[in-house]
Amino acid sequence: MTARIEALPRTRSGSLLLGAFGVLCALTLWQLAPTLGLVDGDNLPGAVPVLGELFSLAGTSAFWDAVASTLAGAGVGLAIAVVLGVWFGVLMGSSKVAWHALRPTVEFLRPVPGVALIPVAILLFGPSMKSDVLLVAFGCVWVMLVQTLYGVRAVDEVALQTARSYGLTRADRIRFVQLPSALPYIATGLRIASAIALIVAVTAELVAGNDGLGKSISLAQSVGQTEEMYALIVASGILGIVVHLLFGGLEKRFLHWHQSQRVGAER
Amino acid sequence: MSRMHLSRGRLGWLTLEVGATALIVALLWLYTDTNESYAVAPLGDVLDAFRATWLFEHVGSDVVPSLVRMTLGYGAAIVIGVVVGFGLGSSPVLAAIAAPVVSFLRSIPAAALLPPAIVLFGIGGGTKVAVIAFVCCWPIMLNTSDGVRELDSTMLATARVYGIRGIDRLRMVVLPAVAPRIFAGMRTSLSIAILLLVTSEMIASTNGIGYFVFQAQQQFAVDDMWAGVLLLGLLGFGLNLLFGVIERRVLRWNVRGDGSN
Repeated sequence: MTARIEALPRTRSGSLLLGAFGVLCALTLWQLAPTLGLVDGDNLPGAVPVLGELFSLAGTSAFWDAVASTLAGAGVGLAIAVVLGVWFGVLMGSSKVAWHALRPTVEFLRPVPGVALIPVAILLFGPSMKSDVLLVAFGCVWVMLVQTLYGVRAVDEVALQTARSYGLTRADRIRFVQLPSALPYIATGLRIASAIALIVAVTAELVAGNDGLGKSISLAQSVGQTEEMYALIVASGILGIVVHLLFGGLEKRFLHWHQSQRVGAER
Repeated sequence: MSRMHLSRGRLGWLTLEVGATALIVALLWLYTDTNESYAVAPLGDVLDAFRATWLFEHVGSDVVPSLVRMTLGYGAAIVIGVVVGFGLGSSPVLAAIAAPVVSFLRSIPAAALLPPAIVLFGIGGGTKVAVIAFVCCWPIMLNTSDGVRELDSTMLATARVYGIRGIDRLRMVVLPAVAPRIFAGMRTSLSIAILLLVTSEMIASTNGIGYFVFQAQQQFAVDDMWAGVLLLGLLGFGLNLLFGVIERRVLRWNVRGDGSN
């Protein structure tokens, strides 16, 4: 019996079975905690009412509007970050002068927590999607820049020399040699940045009050709609998984060699 | 000759680094000085506000509470993450059972957990510590468990042959092999910890750097706000620097490092 259980994780269906068992256990625990009075049911309702609430929320347009706002803010911010990050990454990766000129500034700005700029975004844009976009772009641009930079640096020297001796211009070398070889790195950057984008967007909505899941969560909390609050949090988690799967899949498509060979492959 | 050339080259690059950075700061100074927007404060005023506020009047009242919260939450996350990670890593069955639940919990955007934490535990300092610990433990847990699972079986077999077991096995064989992965997770968690610290202080606190910055914005004290943003920037920079130093010390023997930057 134990031997059979131990064989389960080796197959895909076995893993799924075990995973489903885990989910069932977690949901049961979640339901039992308030039912048995371990926690106050008003503060932490059980799994059944929360998932029921999520089900009915999914039928309202307000819910989908909030999801759309969050995704739009995160998406536009991410797009800006990708454009800027890739551009500066290519610049700093291919020009020694640019690398040395910008390195100290980038090294300083990179670890700056993007949420520190929330008050600035509020002052500049108030509670609007622009705040989301600004904060997401700032939060994501550094990952994209650094990944692109490493990707451009990791280009096959022989390929680059060949392109040079065939008389390709600098712009063509970037376009046909350096950028394509940096793609797997950029895809890894995208996966990491997409997670950051969602976190920052929800955080900005929560604090600054622009429309989206974050605002809906804090609204639900302030009016005491506890079930709705938890349902929205579950929804945001599901959204997180969807984004992760999407960009994780994208990364796999560009995976030329083993993941662990690349910077930032850790989770 | 070539060494001379090399050092001159290096000096040239250093000059470029310092010069270009000074130029960027100068341009920023000029821009903030001439910009009329109410959201922008002249860099000189910001630095004055920074000196007045953070050297060292508000250090005890705001910086210390922030750092204490962060240290406690992050520390708890490391302990939980490493311990549970070891458990999951050494049992494929447990890992498979936990996988979907863990990946769901860590996919929840960190700050979304603040409102329920406030409902459950109130707005005291413990709430922030608990949320930081809860959110930061997942990357550490996942990386630790990956590291344990990928332990080199030849190495483990060799250790067994040499009779290394128990505490010695953990201390001399397993922990050093998993340490790079643990640090990779800790690095991811560090930025999440800072994010949560700032956010939690903005929405539910009566002190702390995040609280200060947010209050300054609410009162349109733009100089103070930017001074706080600057401090948060320096904090993020400093903590990352410190982390890098510790990581290099602990992983000194590890040539490849953890592969991250």
